[in-house]
Amino acid sequence: MAQTKARFISLEEGFFAAFLVALAFACLIIAGKTYDQVMAFHTGIGALAAAVSVFVIFKSYFDSDGMPIPQEIDGKPNYNMGPVKFGAVAAMFWGIAGFTVGLIIASQLAFPALNFDLPWTNFGRMRPLHTSAVIFAFGGNVLLATSMYVVQRTSRARMPGKVLPWFVIIGYNVFIVIAGTGYLLGVTESKEYAEPEWYADLWLTIVWVAYLFLFLGTIWKRKEPHIYVANWFYLAFIVTIAMLHLVNNATVPVSVFGTKSYIVWSGVQDAMVQWWYGHNAVGFFLTAGFLAIMYYFVPKRADRPVYSYRLSIVHFWALIFIYIWAGPHHLHYTALPQWASTLGATFSIILWMPSWGGMINGLMTLSGAWDKLRTDPVLRMMVVSVAFYGMSTFEGPLMSIRSVNSLSHYTDWTIGHVHSGALGWVGYISFGALYCLIPWLWNKRGLYSLKLVDWHFWLSTIGIVLYICSMWVSGIMQGLMWRAYDQLGFLEYSFIETVEAMHPFYIIRALGGALFVTGALIMAYNLWMTVRHGEAEEAEATAAGSLAAAE
Amino acid sequence: MDETYTAVAAFAQTWGLIYFMILFGIVLAYALWPKNRKTFDDASQIPFRED
Repeated sequence: MAQTKARFISLEEGFFAAFLVALAFACLIIAGKTYDQVMAFHTGIGALAAAVSVFVIFKSYFDSDGMPIPQEIDGKPNYNMGPVKFGAVAAMFWGIAGFTVGLIIASQLAFPALNFDLPWTNFGRMRPLHTSAVIFAFGGNVLLATSMYVVQRTSRARMPGKVLPWFVIIGYNVFIVIAGTGYLLGVTESKEYAEPEWYADLWLTIVWVAYLFLFLGTIWKRKEPHIYVANWFYLAFIVTIAMLHLVNNATVPVSVFGTKSYIVWSGVQDAMVQWWYGHNAVGFFLTAGFLAIMYYFVPKRADRPVYSYRLSIVHFWALIFIYIWAGPHHLHYTALPQWASTLGATFSIILWMPSWGGMINGLMTLSGAWDKLRTDPVLRMMVVSVAFYGMSTFEGPLMSIRSVNSLSHYTDWTIGHVHSGALGWVGYISFGALYCLIPWLWNKRGLYSLKLVDWHFWLSTIGIVLYICSMWVSGIMQGLMWRAYDQLGFLEYSFIETVEAMHPFYIIRALGGALFVTGALIMAYNLWMTVRHGEAEEAEATAAGSLAAAE
Repeated sequence: MDETYTAVAAFAQTWGLIYFMILFGIVLAYALWPKNRKTFDDASQIPFRED
């Protein structure tokens, strides 16, 4: 075959190069003209990242032999796993960073001296750093990596594009760096889980649209006629997050040379938009996305198909139609009209059905294979994760009922609830997915040590139990103390008395966090040793090995 | 203002309910239709027949 060696730069490479050159110059101009030091720092990062990316695009063009990347090798899809590996490693890194910051702020609540009286290390700035690092940096990279893996494997097609997948995964991590450093330097929109300022939001929008194209493009190329249910959940996650992000971040910057912006919504409308966003970030980022992981990785690890594929279809449509209405339960007893808060609570209660339908579907996948729980700590982790999903989606609707909410709201009960979902459900399903993914990606027969997984599992499970139990007690106590009146109708306790009463529980909580961080460190060591010293997969897997080499 | 709210609420409480019920009915019918059984049984095997 006489194929020409020389290859013109592709339209895709040219487009990304031109776009990034323009971006680098725009960043440089803003960095030069701004009156805002943080803006100068962030546009500096932007200019540097864009310029380096252009260099890498051209270098890889000149280094390549001019042949287009084969879509298939020996009749098997030539999967693109490089960006997946990057995402998996980034997830582990951000996970440990985010858990550690969580431990620090938990300790600050118990011992305020740990704020060190410095602006950069005080609780108010560290807290969004913690939430964003665990949700968007850790969770986000897990979702990006697993979605790229699952959509390729279940479509039996390579992701489209050469630059596009890398643009998505690296662009997303640049967003994380800009958002995180911004919080520490005092740049924030002050909207919970949507703190990044306008320029970071704009960048995320570009990356997210590219992600949507990447995902849809892979589905478009699929060899498998049916779109597997996990991909439906991933797609719902991607599309809905795009919509939420755009509406909740409709801001007008004071100047392109400054970090500050103002939201176009005002008053109670702004609050409603914020919690429509906030609760759907829970519903579509922390639920739909991780349910996609459940629907792929649990059957894969248990080596049996999902309990009921039909239930998974009903689960999907019911979940996405109902979740979107549940947000107003965050605003009980506020300026929000009562009908809206009733609507939110009603839909939250209806959510019991799809949530538990999904949980049953995940758990029952193991029917006939329950013995694997004893031998496989990774599967045990994922099953406990689904159990935590069931528990926190039972507790959530309960707390959305107005009379329960009047006790629980603004107390630590909420924090405990969020963490049973975050540590138990999202954390464990992510750990399970990473424990599966790393040996698959690096062609290892299995993990370096299942014993270490066992240690991770038990340490962090004790950690979670300490965390949520202390927060239940502390939260309910706090709520009851706030509403206690004496015989004359005066409040029984001053605010500081409630804080004092919670001190022991804050220490227990920090202890739980420390165990969780320790578990994650063990995991990182285990995964590192798997990649470095794990036993290579052989025989039937040599084919897979050559696929990896071809990347 | 009050009348608008009442009208919108009445619409949502009746037609909204019917709309959701119909949608749910369609989803159930699609998922449980006997003819689709084979497709879905087959689809549940997708994760196991890669490469």
